[in-house]
Formats: sequence, structure tokens, C-alpha cells
Amino acid sequence: MLYFSRWKIYTILVVCLLGIVLALPNVLGRDTLAALPSWYGQNRVHLGLDLRGGSHLLLEVDMGAVVRERLEGLVDGARTQLRTANIGYTGLSAGDRQVTIQLRDPAQAEEAVKQLKQLAITVGGGPLGGGLPDITTSVNGSTVTVALSDEAVRQRAQQAVEQSIEIVRRRIDETGVSEPTIARQGMDRILVQLPGVDDPDRVKRLLGTTAKMTFRLVDANADPSTGRAPPGSEILQSTEGGRGGQGAYVIRRKVEVDGANLTNATAGTNSQNGEWVVNFEFDSQGARRFAETTKQNVGRPFAIVLDNKVISAPVIREPITGGRGQISGNFNAQSANDLAVLLRAGALPAPLKVIEERTVGPDLGADSIRAGLISVIAGFTMVCIYMIAAYGLFGVMACLGLLVNLVLTIAALSVMQATLTLPGIAGILLMLGLAVDANILINERIREEAKKGRTPFAAMEAGFSRAYATIIDANLTTAIKMALLFIFGVGTVKGFAVTITFGILISMFTATVLVRLMMVSWLRRSKPAALPV
Amino acid sequence: MFHLRLVPDNTRIAFMKGRFAGIGLSVLLSLASVVLYFYPGLNYGIDFAGGIVIEARTPETSNFGKMRTVLHDLNMGSVALQEFGSANDVLIRLERQPGDDAAQQRAADRVRATLAKEFPGTQVRRVEAVGASVSGELFRNGMLALGLAMGAMLVYIWFRFEWQFGLGAVVTLLLDVTKTIGFYVLFDLQFNLTAIAAILTIMGYSINDKVVVYDRMRENLRIYKKMPLRELIDLSINETLNRTLGTSMSTLLSILPLAFFGGEALQEFGIVLIFGIFLATSSSIFIAAPILLFLGENRLRRGAPEAAPAAGQPQQAP
Repeated sequence: MLYFSRWKIYTILVVCLLGIVLALPNVLGRDTLAALPSWYGQNRVHLGLDLRGGSHLLLEVDMGAVVRERLEGLVDGARTQLRTANIGYTGLSAGDRQVTIQLRDPAQAEEAVKQLKQLAITVGGGPLGGGLPDITTSVNGSTVTVALSDEAVRQRAQQAVEQSIEIVRRRIDETGVSEPTIARQGMDRILVQLPGVDDPDRVKRLLGTTAKMTFRLVDANADPSTGRAPPGSEILQSTEGGRGGQGAYVIRRKVEVDGANLTNATAGTNSQNGEWVVNFEFDSQGARRFAETTKQNVGRPFAIVLDNKVISAPVIREPITGGRGQISGNFNAQSANDLAVLLRAGALPAPLKVIEERTVGPDLGADSIRAGLISVIAGFTMVCIYMIAAYGLFGVMACLGLLVNLVLTIAALSVMQATLTLPGIAGILLMLGLAVDANILINERIREEAKKGRTPFAAMEAGFSRAYATIIDANLTTAIKMALLFIFGVGTVKGFAVTITFGILISMFTATVLVRLMMVSWLRRSKPAALPV
Repeated sequence: MFHLRLVPDNTRIAFMKGRFAGIGLSVLLSLASVVLYFYPGLNYGIDFAGGIVIEARTPETSNFGKMRTVLHDLNMGSVALQEFGSANDVLIRLERQPGDDAAQQRAADRVRATLAKEFPGTQVRRVEAVGASVSGELFRNGMLALGLAMGAMLVYIWFRFEWQFGLGAVVTLLLDVTKTIGFYVLFDLQFNLTAIAAILTIMGYSINDKVVVYDRMRENLRIYKKMPLRELIDLSINETLNRTLGTSMSTLLSILPLAFFGGEALQEFGIVLIFGIFLATSSSIFIAAPILLFLGENRLRRGAPEAAPAAGQPQQAP
């Protein structure tokens, strides 16, 4: 174990040098970095939000709402289909993932099924088709059941999450946060990381709004105060509160124009009264429908509904044909801007809930970095003092190995683009203590062998080879633990597993190979009569 | 040349004499820990119980009385205030709010707004708000990681050594883990995700220690064919004592800064690890080794040893 071929020595030295070069950008100043090529200058440790400051939000897509919405669509569709086919029914209700229809005449079941099958939407499949209908129908006497298949629910959920991610990204981009991370997590969650945001209030508000906007007619014949709406209409609350004395409206369910047809929305002020408003533009389809609706309903109130709340219900004075309009409704600068952002980015396919927030101010982050740095320097110094006190010259070599270990770990973190978190710094500290364990094992063993009367060479040879198996055992057990922590750990704690794993794996090289090279070189050069252990 | 030795070479302490006292005390402490686990129970932190933690820095010395009143008036259940670091830093803990996950977020926003209104100039340095579904999941994953780690260690030791060693190591681990949990209860430390990391680290450290001692025992079993197991175990422990204590020392020194500068979350982590190092070191000597002695010499050597006239005399392994 004591022989090193020339190329092996060079390889070891090259690895160490390479590590130093790769770790270097982490300690260079901003100006120096700017002068370096970007691929090299950017090769730095990526700091976690707990160190650089920022906000971590975990969002959950409300899958229940996705299914509910499809079921409502099925109920509406079934009603229309059965009516046009002249099939009588006594009951039509939506349950958990299915719609049940009680037919008046069981003989019409077959015809009913045929009609209902037309409500299916094809899910899955690629550009060449091959998808499956999202509903299955079954008949039991006079009862017809239309059920959403599990596959369909899964597909729909998948789609909802993907769309949501896209919308979330657009909304966050509008807020001007730099370098946000938006990623899917698990089945129905979205992880959002916003560096530098220390009050995510606005983002939370923006993301917590579905922003489903519809333009619908007001049912002027019905009185909302009765609490009952005629079929085809529903009672919706107004966001304006008591303004104009009206807290609620009866709104037709039929959507005249959908917010999906908006192409642009901007906040502005009304030139006449100076109130904040949101100006919007429709695409050609939306403009056409908007024109038709306004033409046919002049003189009637028209409701702008956002997430089942009526923003405003102005009376149509004249047909609006230009595809442009204005929403007024008790806005201030902030809320008008927020609404414009939401309309531009589009509606979420399902409501999002913030289920976890972790925010660290930039100040605390900077403090943590400083504390981490002091801790690592203090830990390193104390370990070195102990090692040198206990093993003299071999202790010095172990410390050099430890220093290289530290540098290589930082280089590895930089190259792998791993994220360094506060627990990650704790991992580095712990790694310092654990890494020298290999040197302690080796030195103790060499000492024992020397005591038995072996020559320095033989003692060192025996010491290294006997301690080696133990070192591998010890490090492997640590690596197994940390792999488990990495798989099951969450967020910043993962950083702990990452730094320890890197550090320990690298210590197998530094504490054994590199330190061995140092010790052997010294041995060959000075040919001592006794080992300094 | 002077070298610091934690114990003198040629130390021959008859550790096995204290085996009953060692295991007895350990089992007693672990039983006490189990009792503590049920009563008063772990102080689950925000990761596992959900709730809200806010770290704030007030412009002048924090007025705890006023803050407590103001926050109490929000009607958000029990509010715990804790000074840490400097007199201007306050840690606010709120229990999980009734309602869904979103209720935590609303509550956190309310506290933020209240602090800004009632204590102008207050800097909110950290906010964590975790709902029940997330905390439940984190807890399940944490426990799963602990369980799997335990299993993985058993399998590893079992492959590397004879089953007796594996059993010894796992029993010791169980004793270590229960005591660590007892330590959390006793000192009312927050049981969080970092606690799982701490327990895993202590387990890993403890196993490392056992592997070193067991390695030496196995080696000695081959060299000293006739030495009574009891003496052989003592010899192995003594031979590795400087390494065991040396590694404990180096790890202790490296962790020590955490307990001082670690900040709210890592300070407790550091303290637990320091406790764990003592625990793992002592359990290698007083628990893991005696268990092997109880499991019996015959099984380890696969053959009845005679009385050992040559005890202590090295014999070359064939």
C-alpha cells in the first residue's frame, strides 16, 4: 500500500489542483468574477433560501374542485342531451365521481346511454389519437350511471397541475421576482421558491386567486333577497359590498363571454372620475361574442364575475363592438394592478392553496452565513489543534488532508449545482470531525504496530492495510444513513445529507490516499528510525 | 516528542466487570425515556405538528408583556414567546390553527400585520407556517427514514459480521435512540426535521463506533484462539480505546461551534449531537460489547473453548 507509481502521484495532485480551481470562484470578489468567463465564474455553491433569504411556498391544487367542475359539466350536459332526445327522467344528481339519472321509462335506457356517451371527452393518447373516453356508462333497470374513470381523473389532475404550473409561472414573472423556482412536487403540489422575497403576501394573494372571469347576464326578474334563484340562474355575492345597496345578484349560469378570450388587461384610471379601473381587450372570438351579447341586451345589466363574485354589473348602454372594455369596481392602484396581472396570466384550472410557507429575511440569511463561516473555521481549527497535539507531524498531514477535503467538498457542491443550506453547513462541520476518524484509526494502528517492534515501513504498511476495511465500513454506514435522509428528508434538511455524503466520500480519497502519499513521501525522504506517533 | 493521549497506552480496564451495571443503567434510562415519551411527551416542532413560527427583531429591547397581550388578543390559541440571541430578538410560536392548511397562512399574515402595526420598525426575519397535511407527511417520512435506517444497519452488520454482532448493534441502537428521544423530552427541545437528522447522525456515529470495536474483536478472536471471551472483549475495547475517544473528541470539537453559533434551529441540533457522541461512545463500551458476551462464547467461536492456559499470549493465526 505504500508504493505510488508516478502517474498515480500526478493524478492525485491534479485532482487536488482541479478541486482548488473549481472551488475558487466561491471566494473571489464580484469584480474578479465579472472579469472571468461566465462558465467558470458561475461555478459557485448555490445558496439555499435559508441562507440567501427568500420565500418557499408549497401550493396544493384542489383536485376535488377539478372533479366537481367536470361533474357539474356532466350534469348540465346530461340535462340538455336528454331533453333534446325527449327522454324523460325523474332524478339527475351528481355524487362522488359519478352522475346518476333516474329514467321515467326503462325502455329508453339504451337511447339515453347513446346520448350520454356523446358527453365524453377524450383523455390521454398522443397526436395520433389512442385516447380513451373519460366516462363510463352503466344501466341498472331505470337507473343510468355516468362515472368518471379513475384514469380520467388521474389524467385530468395531471393536466390541471401542469396548467397550474404554467399559470403560476406567468403570474410570478409579472411580479418581477428574479430567478424563481417553480416545480411540481408529488401528485398535486407545486413548489415555488422566490429568492429575495421577504414578504410573500402579494404573491400568496396572487396565487391564491383562481381568477376565473366570466361575463354573464343578470337575471333582472329575480330578487336576490329571497335567497332562491330560478333554474338556470344562481345567486352570487358582490365584491363591492354594500355599494349601491346591493350585496348580491341573481346571475344567469350561461356564460356569454369567457375570460379565456381576453388577450390583454391593464390597470388605469377612468378619465372622468379618476377611479382605478382595469382595461381589457378580447381576442376576435371574444370580441364577436361580446358584440353580439351587448347588441341584444342594450339597457340590461351585465355582470362581470370573478371567482363566483360579482365585481360589477353595469347596464349596457350601447353595443360594444371594438372588443375592448373597462371594469370598474372599487379598485385602488394595487388591486387594479393585481387584477390586471391575474387576467393577463390567465385563470387557474383549479383553486390553489398555500399549505406551507417558509420565509427568511435577507438579514437573517446573511447572519446565518456569517455564523456558519465562523463555525466552520472554529471547528476546523479545534479539530486541527487536537490532531496535531495527538499525532504531531502525522496530525499536521491529517489537517492538510482535511483542508483539501473541505476544498474538494466545496468544489463538488459547486460543480453539481447542489444547494447549500444552513443544515448543510452543520453537515460540513460534522464531516470535519468524522473525516479525521480515518486518520485517527490509521495513526493508532501504526502506533500499535510500531510498538510491536515493526520497522517504520512495516508498521505503516500494516497500519494502513488493517485500518482500511474499518474505514470503509464506517463511511459506508454513514453514506447509507444520509442516502435515506436525502430520500425522505425535505427542504433544507436534505442539504445536511448532501454535504455529509459528499464530504465523507471525498474523505475516502483525502484522508487515506492523499494523506498516505504525504506520509510515505516523508518516510522515504527522511528515513526515520522511529515513527513520530 | 509529546503526544496528547486521552488514555495511556496499555490501559487495561476490566470493562466487562461493569457489564451488569452498564446494561442495567442503560435499560433503566431507556425505560425512563419511554415513559417520558408518553408523559409528558415530545415537544413536536412546527415541521411535525404544524403551526407558525416567526422570528422578529424589535428596534429596542423586546417588550414581551405587550407582545404577549397583543398576540393573545388575536385569539389564536397559545402563543409562546422566547428570547434568544440578543434581547431584541424574539421567537414567536403559535400552535396549529383550527381549520385547513390555508388557515395557517392567514394566521401568519395576521401576525405579521399586527407586529407591523403595534411594534413599528420590527423586522420580521423569518416566518414558517406549516399546515396539517404537510406536517403529517413530514412526520411519516421522518419515521420511515428512521425505521429504514435501522433495518439497513441491521442488514449491513449482518452481512459484514456474524449475526450476533448484528443483534448486538441493533439492540444498542434501540437503546441509543430511545435515550435520545428521552433527552428531547427532558430538555423540552423542539422535535423537528432536524431531530430526525440528529437521530440518524447519532445512529450512524454509534454504528461506526461499534464497527471499529467489533472489527477488533473479530480480529482478536482469530489471533487469540484460547483467550476467554470476557478477557478478549476487554482487550479489544482497551486496544481501540484511544481511537474511540479520539474520534469522539474530534467530532465533539467540530460540532461544538454549532451549539454556540448555530442559531435557533441548529443550536439544539448541536446540543443533541454532543449528547449523542457521549451516548454512542459509552454504548460501544458498556452495551454493545457485553451483549456479545451474553450471547456466548460458544456461538462466536463455533466450538467449546477449553480453559485458557495461554490467555493473553498471542498465537499466530493460521
